Amino acid sequence: MDLFRLKAHELHEKLIRREISAVEITRSVLQRADKAETLVHSFITRTQESALERAGAVDAKIAQGAEVSPLAGIPGALKDNMCTKGIKTTCASKILADFVPPYDATVTLKLAATDAVIVGKANMDEFAMGSSTENSGFFVTRNPWDTDRVPGGSSGGSGAAVAAGEAVWSLGSDTGGSIRLPAAYCGVVGMKPTYGRVSRYGLVAYASSLDQIGPFARDVRDCATVLEAISGYDRRDSTSIDVQVPQYTKNLAAGVKGLKVGLPREYFVSGMQPEVEAAIRASIDELVKQGAELTEVSMPHTEYALATYYLIATAEASSNLGRYDGVGFGHRGEGSDIISMYKRSRTEGFGEEVRRRIMLGTYSLSSGYYDAYYLKALKVRRLIQQDFDRAFEKVDVLIAPTAPTTAFKVGEKVDDPLAMYLMDVCAVPVNLAGVPALSLPCGFADGLPVGMQIIGPHLSEERILQTGFAFEQTHDYHKMMAPLQEVG
Amino acid sequence: MKINRKDVEHVALLSRLEFSEAELEKYTGQLDAILAYIDVLKQVDTEGVEPLAHVLDLKNVMRPDVVQPSLPRKTALLNAPEPENGFFKVPKIVE
Repeated sequence: MDLFRLKAHELHEKLIRREISAVEITRSVLQRADKAETLVHSFITRTQESALERAGAVDAKIAQGAEVSPLAGIPGALKDNMCTKGIKTTCASKILADFVPPYDATVTLKLAATDAVIVGKANMDEFAMGSSTENSGFFVTRNPWDTDRVPGGSSGGSGAAVAAGEAVWSLGSDTGGSIRLPAAYCGVVGMKPTYGRVSRYGLVAYASSLDQIGPFARDVRDCATVLEAISGYDRRDSTSIDVQVPQYTKNLAAGVKGLKVGLPREYFVSGMQPEVEAAIRASIDELVKQGAELTEVSMPHTEYALATYYLIATAEASSNLGRYDGVGFGHRGEGSDIISMYKRSRTEGFGEEVRRRIMLGTYSLSSGYYDAYYLKALKVRRLIQQDFDRAFEKVDVLIAPTAPTTAFKVGEKVDDPLAMYLMDVCAVPVNLAGVPALSLPCGFADGLPVGMQIIGPHLSEERILQTGFAFEQTHDYHKMMAPLQEVG
Repeated sequence: MKINRKDVEHVALLSRLEFSEAELEKYTGQLDAILAYIDVLKQVDTEGVEPLAHVLDLKNVMRPDVVQPSLPRKTALLNAPEPENGFFKVPKIVE
C-alpha cells in the first residue's frame, strides 16, 4: 500500500490500531519524495534522519500503550521561513543561506509537542514575496499537476509537497494569499486563519500586520487537525489573540442548512478564466442543494485592495528587512566603511523582487510621499475592512474564487511584476481585513485544479471548516492526487 | 512619469542598495508602472476616514517585568559573520 497517498486521519486510525508503524509511514513519504523531488523540487532542506528518529519514538510510545495525538507520527513540512532550532532556515534568500536558528518558532514547538514528524523545510518565494515560487533565491518549485507550471506562491513548496505526496500536511504563511494561492494551484486545502489566531513568534517577518501562519492538507479534516495543533495565545507574540481554541475537528459535519452564503459581486472580476467561474458557480449550487441560502453582496472597495496591499506590505517589508545589515547574522559583503558594507551585503544577498519591494516601500514612506501613499493606503484599508463588516451583518460566509485563473506557466509573468501581482486580487482583501479564509479544490479546468475560497468573520474558522467539509462531501476532488506519471 | 531615475537613485541610497546602470533603467520603468497602477487610490474619498494600521484593537500589551531565560552570548553570536571576543565586528564607522 502507498501510505504516502493517505490522509493524516486515515494514517492515525491505522497507527493506533497497530496495522502500520510510524516508521513505515515516514519511510513511504520519504521514498515518495526521493522520486518526486527530481521533478517538483519542493524542499530546500530535507530532514530524513530526525524524521525517522521521531517516528521511532512515536512507535515506542504506541508500543507502551500510550495515547498519541492525531498528528503523532504523521509526516509534514514547514515553510522555510519558520525557525527550526539547529536546522537551516533560509527564507529562500541568499542573505540567510547559512542561517541556523538558535531557537524554535512557536509553531515548531507546538508541532513537536504533538509528536508530528517533520520531513523538511519547503521552498518559497524569497522572504515570501511572490505568487509563483519563481522568486526563490535557490530554485523554482514545479506544480505537481503540470511541471511546466508554477505551484503558486509564496508557499509553493508547502503546497507542492502536499500535492505530490512528499508530505501529508504542511505549514505555510499567508500575507496576501501565499497559502491560498498555492493551495488552489496545487489542488489541496489551505487555510489562512484570523490574524492573531496562530503565533508569529519565530516566523521571519515580511509584513507584520498581515502575516499569518496556516496549514495545508489534502482534505478539510486534516486541515482542521493541523490548525487546532498550531493555534492559540502566545505571550511571545503580543498580537496573538487570547481566546480559547475550539476543537475544530469535533463538529465538522454540522452541515450548511440555513447557512447564509454571500457572493461578493466584485470578486467575479473581468479577465477571470470562464472555466474557473463555472467551477465556482457549480460548487455554490451544491451548497444551495444542501440547504445554504445564497445572497449577492457588494464590497465596493475590492478594486482598491491590491494597490492598498502593495503599499502597506512593501512599507512594512522595507522596515522589517532593515535588520539584514551584515552585522548580527546573515550574509556580509565586503566594504571599507559601514555604509558600503551594508550596501554590498544587501545587494548581494537580496534577489530582484525583494529589492523591488524594499524600494517601493522605502519610497512610499519617504519624506514628501508618506501622506499620498502610505497614509492613504491605511485609510482605504479601513474602508475595505468595513466592506467585510457590512457583508457579515448579512451573511455567515462569503464564497469567491481563490484566484482568477489556474496555474500559469513557469516564466510567463517573471518580467511583468504587475501581472504577477494581479494573481492575488481575490486574496489580499482578506489579509487587509484580518479575517480567516479557506481555499479548497472545487473542480478542474483543462486538467488543472481550481480553488474556491470560503471567507468568514474574525475567529469563524470553525464555521468555515464546516462549510468546506459540507462541500467536500459532494465531490471527489480531495481524493485525487497529482498523477506525476513519470515517478509512478 | 511618477518616478524618475534620480528618485530611484535616492531611494536606493535610503534602502542601502546598489544598482547597475541597466538595473536602474529597469527599476525606474517598473516602479513607475506600479506607482501608476497605485494611483487608482486617488479615486477613493477618504475624507474623515481613520487610518487602519492594525486589524486587532490592541492597546499596549503588558506583562510582569520578570527576568526570563535568554540565549547565552556564545549561542547568540553563532550566526554572526565576524564575531570577535564576544562582540560583533564591523568596519570603521567614524573617521
